[in-house]
Amino acid sequence: MKTYGKFAILVAIIIGVLAWLAVGGVSESKSYYKTIAEVNTMGNQVHGKRLRVSGYVVPGTIVRSGREVRFTIHEDAMKMNVVYTGSEPLPDTFKDESQALADGRMGPDGVFQANKIQAKCASKYEAKPRAANQAGM
Amino acid sequence: MENIGALALLLAICLSVYSVVVSIVGKLRKNAFLVVSGERAVYAVWGLVTVAAGILVYSLMTGDFRMSYVAAHSDANMALIYRFTAWWGGQEGSLLLWAWILASYSMVVVFTNRRRLRDMMPWVNAVMMTTESFFLLLITLPLSPFKILEAGRGNVVEGAGQGLNPLLQYWTMVIHPPMLYLGYVGFTVPFAFAIGSLITRQPSDSWIATTRRWTLVTWLFQSTGILLGQGWAYAVLGWGGYWAWDPVENASLLPWITATAFLHSVMMQEKKGMMKVWNQVLVAATFFLCIFGTFLTRSGVVSSVHAFAQSSIGTYFVTFLAIGIAGTVFLILDRLPYLKSEANLESVVSRESSFMFNNLILVASCFAVLWGTLFPVISEAVTGEKISVDGPFFNRINIPIGLGLLFLTGVGPLIAWRRSSPESLKRAFMWPSVAGLALMVFLSAFGIYEHPFALMSFGLCLFVTTTIALEFWKGARILQAKNDVGFIPAVIELTHRNTRRYGGYIVHMGIVIMFIGYTGAAFNKDTTRELNVGDTMQFGRYTMKIADVQEGENSNYAWRKMIVDVFSGSREIGRMEPEHRLYKSSQQPTSEVAIQRRLNEDLYLNYPGPSSDGKHEVIQAYIFPLVTWIWIGFWVLLVGTLVCMVPPKIRLSYARTQIVGVTRKEVAQESSNVAKG
Repeated sequence: MKTYGKFAILVAIIIGVLAWLAVGGVSESKSYYKTIAEVNTMGNQVHGKRLRVSGYVVPGTIVRSGREVRFTIHEDAMKMNVVYTGSEPLPDTFKDESQALADGRMGPDGVFQANKIQAKCASKYEAKPRAANQAGM
Repeated sequence: MENIGALALLLAICLSVYSVVVSIVGKLRKNAFLVVSGERAVYAVWGLVTVAAGILVYSLMTGDFRMSYVAAHSDANMALIYRFTAWWGGQEGSLLLWAWILASYSMVVVFTNRRRLRDMMPWVNAVMMTTESFFLLLITLPLSPFKILEAGRGNVVEGAGQGLNPLLQYWTMVIHPPMLYLGYVGFTVPFAFAIGSLITRQPSDSWIATTRRWTLVTWLFQSTGILLGQGWAYAVLGWGGYWAWDPVENASLLPWITATAFLHSVMMQEKKGMMKVWNQVLVAATFFLCIFGTFLTRSGVVSSVHAFAQSSIGTYFVTFLAIGIAGTVFLILDRLPYLKSEANLESVVSRESSFMFNNLILVASCFAVLWGTLFPVISEAVTGEKISVDGPFFNRINIPIGLGLLFLTGVGPLIAWRRSSPESLKRAFMWPSVAGLALMVFLSAFGIYEHPFALMSFGLCLFVTTTIALEFWKGARILQAKNDVGFIPAVIELTHRNTRRYGGYIVHMGIVIMFIGYTGAAFNKDTTRELNVGDTMQFGRYTMKIADVQEGENSNYAWRKMIVDVFSGSREIGRMEPEHRLYKSSQQPTSEVAIQRRLNEDLYLNYPGPSSDGKHEVIQAYIFPLVTWIWIGFWVLLVGTLVCMVPPKIRLSYARTQIVGVTRKEVAQESSNVAKG
C-alpha cells in the first residue's frame, strides 16, 4: 500500500497545482457578457470588470487611424462608442452592420476600450437559422 | 431530384433502425439469418446515403439554386472544387457528410469482420447503426439538406446563390473538415467494439487488438484535421494565429486529448492487464466528446467565431448524449467484475506510473479545456451571470501541462516496467538531462530567461530529443555489431523489428518539433504602419519598400494588392504581395496575406486596404519565429504514425498474455457460465 500512498500524494499535488492555476486563470481572464442596455445601467460598477458587449456596427462609423479603430455599435436603439486598440488586425467579417463582440473595459470617458473584437457577418449567419426555422414550421 | 435525395435518406433511416433491431433480436434469439440480414442492411444504408450525398453534390456542382442549401452555400462563379466543398460548408451538408462517413466506416467494419468476432459483431453493428440513425434523423427531420426555397413548388428562383464563405475558399479548408470528420466519426468504431465487448462479457483484449489500428488511423485523421485547421487559421485569418482557444477549436481538441490518453493507456492493458475500466471509460469519453463536439459546433450553445449554426438541434444532441452516457455508465458498472486489473502498481518510479501520470495530466487538460469552454454556460446556470474565460485561462493551465507531458514523453519510454533502480535511471537519463540543462544555461545567456516557460520548453525538447536519439543509436549499434551492416540499414531494421515502439518514438519526435514551433510564439513581434507608395519601413532585421499598389477584379471578387520589396540588410529577400479582396456575392472582404516562410522565422504581411482618410496605405507586419517547425513536426508525426501501423517483423509476445491471460479467461468464462446459469 505504501506505493499507492506515494502515488496518491503525487496525484493530489498535481491536481492541486492545476486547480490553483485554474482558479487563478479564471479570475485573471474572466469577462462578463453584457448587453449595451445592461452596461448603461451598471453605474460605477462598470469600471471594475472586464466586459463582453455585443451589438451591430452602425454603418459609416468605422474610423481607422493607425492602430486605433473607432466605431459605434447598437442594439435596438441603444448605442455605444468603442475604440479598439488590440494588436490583432480586425477580422475580415468586421464591417458595417456586422455583429461585433467587443471585449474590454469601459473607459472613464464612456468610450468602451476593446482589446479584442470578434465579428460575425450578419447578413449570412443571422438570417439562416431564422429562415430554416420558418421553413421547418 | 431533391425528392429522391430526401426519399433515400428516409429509406436509409428505416434500414438503419431495422439493422439495429434485427442485429439485437438475431443475437438474442441466436438467429444467424437475422444477424446477417442486419449486416446486409448496412450496405444498403451506405448505398442510400451515398445516393443522397451524390444528389446534394450534383445539385451544388450544377448550381440548382431552387434548393435552399445550394443557394446559401454555392454560387455560380465559384471554382468547381469549392462548389464541391460547399457540401460541408453548412450545417445540413456537414451532418450528411457525418452520416455518409459513418455509413462507409460501418460498411468496412462489417465487411472485414464478416467471418470474425461473430458473437460480438451484432452488438458492434447495433451501436454503429444507432449512431447512424441518430444523424440520419437530424438530416431528415429538422435539417434536411433537400429543402426547396420558399416552399413554393415550381417556384424557380434564378440567382447566383450566396456563395461559400470566402474565408473557407482555401486549399486546407477543402480537406480540413473531412479530415476532422473522418477522425470524429471514426471513434464510433472503437466505441462500438468496446460496448460489444462489455455486453458479451469479453472485456479481454480482443476488442483492443481489433481496434488498435483503427484507433491509430482515426487519431491520425484527428491530428491532421486539427493541424490543417491551424495551418488555415495561420495563413488566412490575417493575424498569424493558429490557435485561439475558441469553443469550436476546443471541441476538436477534446476528443483528440482523450484519444491520445487512450492510445497510451491501452498499452497498459495489452502488456500488463491493468487499467481495463479506465480504457473503457476513455473510449466512451472520446466517442461522446466527438458527439459533444459536433453538438457544440452545431447548436450555438457557446458563442464562437466559427459558429455558423444556431439552431434547434441542441435538444436532439442532449437526448442522444444523455441516453448514451447513461447506458455506457450502467454497462461499465454492471461488468466491473470482468474488468479487474491483473497486476498492481509496484513503484512510483516505473513505466506503469509514468503511463498513469501521462493519463492523469491529459485528462486534467481535457477537463480544464472543457470547463473553460463551458464556463459561460456553467456560470450562467450557477450565478445567473454569463462569464467567459479566454486565452490566458487556457494557456495558464495548458502550458504547464504541456511541459509536464513533454517531460513524460522523454521519461516514459525509457523507464523500466514494474520498478526502476537509481542506477538504471542514471544510465538512461544522465546525458539527456545534461544536454537539456546545458541548452537552458546557454539560452539564458542570450536573455531567454525572461520567458521561463519558453526556456524550460527548449530544455525539455532537447532532453526528449536526446533520449530518442540515444534509443535509436543504442539499438542500431547492437544490430550493427551483430549483423555487420551500416548504421542507416541498422536503424531501418531496428524500426522494422518493433514498429510500434520506434514508430512511437518518431511520433514523439514530431510532437517535440511541434513544441519547438509553439514555443516560438513567445517571441512574436508585430507592427502596423501607414505608408505611401515609395516609402520604406524598418521592422526587425527587415527593410520593406512599398513598390506599388494595384487593383483589379475577376468574376468572383475584386482585389487590391500591395507590392512590397523586402530586404534583409542590403540583400534582397524577395517580393511579397499581400492582397485585399472583396467577394461579390457575399460582399465580404478577406485578406490574402503574404508569408515568407523560413526555418528560423516567418515574415508575415497583411494589407487591410487604405486608411479611412484614404491618404495612406495600411500595412501590418509580423515576425513569427520558428512557426514552420509546427508544420514540419506534423509531417514527422504523420510518418511516425504510419510506421506504427506497419506490422512488426518480429511478433513480440508478452509473458502475460500467455500465462496470466489464460487463467483469467478461464475465470471469466466460469463466472460468465455462473451468470448465465
